[in-house]
Amino acid sequence: MARIGQDRMRGWRLDAMDFVAIRMLTGDRGKYLGLVFAIALSSFLIAQQSSLFAGLMNRTRSQIRDVAEADLWVMDRATQYVDEVYPLRDDALYLVRGVPGVKWAVPLFKGQAVARTTDGRFRSLIVIGVDSASLTGAPRKLIVGSIDSLREPDAAIIDLAGYHFLFPGQPPRLDALLEMNDHRVRITGICDASPPFTSAPVVFTRYNQAVNYLGRQRTQMSFVLAKAHSGVSPAEVARRIGAATGLRAVSGAEFGWMTILYYIRNTGIPVNFGLTVLVALIVGTVVAGQTFYIFTLENLKQFGALKAIGATNWRIVRMILLQASLAGAIGYSIGMGMAAAFFEVSSRKEALRQMTMPWQNMAGAGVLVIVIVCVSSLISIRKVLKLEPAVVFRG
Amino acid sequence: MRNAVNVRSVSKWFGAGESRVNALRKLDLEIRIGELTMLMGPSGCGKTTLVSVIAGLLDASEGELEVLGERPAGMPANQQILFRRRNVGFVFQQFNLLPALTAAENAAVPLFIAGRRQRDAVAEAEAMLAELGMANRSHALPGELSGGQQQRVAIARALIHDPRLVVCDEPTSALDAESGHSVMSLLTRIAVRADRAVIVVTHDNRVVEFADSIARMEDGHIVEVERKRS
Repeated sequence: MARIGQDRMRGWRLDAMDFVAIRMLTGDRGKYLGLVFAIALSSFLIAQQSSLFAGLMNRTRSQIRDVAEADLWVMDRATQYVDEVYPLRDDALYLVRGVPGVKWAVPLFKGQAVARTTDGRFRSLIVIGVDSASLTGAPRKLIVGSIDSLREPDAAIIDLAGYHFLFPGQPPRLDALLEMNDHRVRITGICDASPPFTSAPVVFTRYNQAVNYLGRQRTQMSFVLAKAHSGVSPAEVARRIGAATGLRAVSGAEFGWMTILYYIRNTGIPVNFGLTVLVALIVGTVVAGQTFYIFTLENLKQFGALKAIGATNWRIVRMILLQASLAGAIGYSIGMGMAAAFFEVSSRKEALRQMTMPWQNMAGAGVLVIVIVCVSSLISIRKVLKLEPAVVFRG
Repeated sequence: MRNAVNVRSVSKWFGAGESRVNALRKLDLEIRIGELTMLMGPSGCGKTTLVSVIAGLLDASEGELEVLGERPAGMPANQQILFRRRNVGFVFQQFNLLPALTAAENAAVPLFIAGRRQRDAVAEAEAMLAELGMANRSHALPGELSGGQQQRVAIARALIHDPRLVVCDEPTSALDAESGHSVMSLLTRIAVRADRAVIVVTHDNRVVEFADSIARMEDGHIVEVERKRS
């Protein structure tokens, strides 16, 4: 009895029978590699697709993330996300500035415009009009030029990927020219902005110029960016702005999530990525489960012999769990390596820049691999537990 | 002479109702310690069922069974396993060696199960294989061994933990005449000891010369017990 108890008491310190389990697993190279490959491919697809989805969703809020100076984004209550803006009346800026707790408030313009390059090509681009005085909302990471250059006539700063898009094959240089709505635009800076959802170039310019690039409307201010006084929480200031102006005031993080959730709810993107992840999970589970089950079936006589010789059911279960866990761990590691290699290579492509594999996605893939391993081993465990050791006497 | 096994009025049946199959029918048998007892009979007469019951791999449906002075049927399941682990060694017809383990590692499996350190267990198994004339093949995989050599590894596995009862199921049926004779000769030389009983299930008349007792079975009964030693 004492020895039987020790099977459990030894816990998970590897012993000679664990070594036997590992040798049994790796001894059949074909099935072992098939099992590992199924889990590797499955975990790769799960991590890669979910990370691409996360990266894509992150891009929907890139223009929000790039504004670091403001605590609050003030917008029309009808505005649901950053790409569909209901313009504010000009007096909204002054109303916000008048709310107690607001340290400063500046206008921000965001719109879509069409630009013509000097070689005659037309391109759609995102125009961000920043406060002409403070330049709040302008990009902070300049590759060429300076932020202050925005104060010059016709000046605009463009993101690097947008520059390559508009001026293919040309090295980054200043004073390149564009034309928008019959207005001359002079590139005075090239910045490293977060990549937008649509991959369109992002052009930063002064608020008044931005308005001219799109053509005047009766109302045109997209947002008011506001900063809370120290000692007053941004949440409290947001509440006061809402009460005083009837507008919606939210933090950048909240607005970012509003935008992401809008895309999740109103586009087929999550369904497409979700389906791929689901298929990867199902295929991984089925292939790994079937391979492991066949592996167990082929070793059934050996397991029966071990039971006859005196191995307890717990010992056999432990052997199977160890085999499945080892295959899972190796498959998961290979899968994560493949996914990391994918993002390392793809990050060099401008269209996929800043697409990364967050640790949360790696952990999620790990959890799903554990599910695959558990399901795979459960079927085999059931078979082995029901196995009568007397089976070894049947030739 | 003491008995290693006393089987009294043991029956074993499978299934129920009209589909019930009676494999053993109120069977009586005494297996003496220090002897090699052969269990012989035609296919389907119940030899394998009887040996499975004696080894504790199957429970008898009715009757009394005493093995090495204990009644395994009355023990809790875990204690039965421990009793089997300590006291019974097995040689199987199809060897049932683990293909990924070397000969020495295969022979050491009962010691692994008992919790012995791998290095010590393998060293002990190598010594046992040397005794069986397999010193130079202890690092070979089963697939690299002949049938006779595999059966010798299986014998080493059956004896490595010094059991008091060794149960062999058709140990020569998968071997040619020469290998079969050689295996039985080894088994008799190494396994049979004054404090151990060896049961060999066989229908191979070529090996009866190695038996101390022969129990002949038919249709779930022992029909004859021939004792070469009184």
